[in-house]
Amino acid sequence: MFDTLMILSLTILTVAILLNLFRLVRGPSNADRVQALDAIGINLISGIAIFSVFLHTHAFFELILLIGILSFIGTIAFARFIERGYAIERKR
Amino acid sequence: MSASAEVIAGIFIFVGTIISLISAIGLVRLPDVYTRSHAGSKSSTLGVLSVLVGTLLYFVISEGYFSIRLILGIVFVFLTAPVAAHVICRAAYRSNVPLTETSAEDQLKDYFEQQSKEVNE
Repeated sequence: MFDTLMILSLTILTVAILLNLFRLVRGPSNADRVQALDAIGINLISGIAIFSVFLHTHAFFELILLIGILSFIGTIAFARFIERGYAIERKR
Repeated sequence: MSASAEVIAGIFIFVGTIISLISAIGLVRLPDVYTRSHAGSKSSTLGVLSVLVGTLLYFVISEGYFSIRLILGIVFVFLTAPVAAHVICRAAYRSNVPLTETSAEDQLKDYFEQQSKEVNE
């Protein structure tokens, strides 16, 4: 029963990621695409959490923190690039 | 002991994934970048927080294993997801992405025009 509920939750999460992927492909501006990538990263975090409950292991908890940090840094870098045309300032 | 853990974790995780699905539907159906950012940032953050709290409670109740890494992940996602949404919206506005036609007024545009007028004087 519990395993069935976990598989159902993973299915719903997959549908959510596919809808985000639609926005990633279709999005009219670049900010839409960065937004969709950020949402996909956040949904991947909850997918890993559901998998670690499903497999009864706590070996994957580092990955949650790691994907959170990487998704945040990537979003910030893309947003700076969209706004100013460069991501890291050059020292003169 | 294990049954109560399964019930509590199951409720939290299922509600969290439903909220994520609602966020994704909002991301598809809403008309412009700013409203989509509103849907995408708030409700997907709430969904992932619910799933992580469910995972934490499952391992605490069933095995007595309290994970500091999971707590750190919850705090980090809670702090950074709104900041990321703010930065994306700011970049979109600065790169002149238009608002949707049904939006009534744009107060930030008036503010920018007034500021540039003061600089010119």
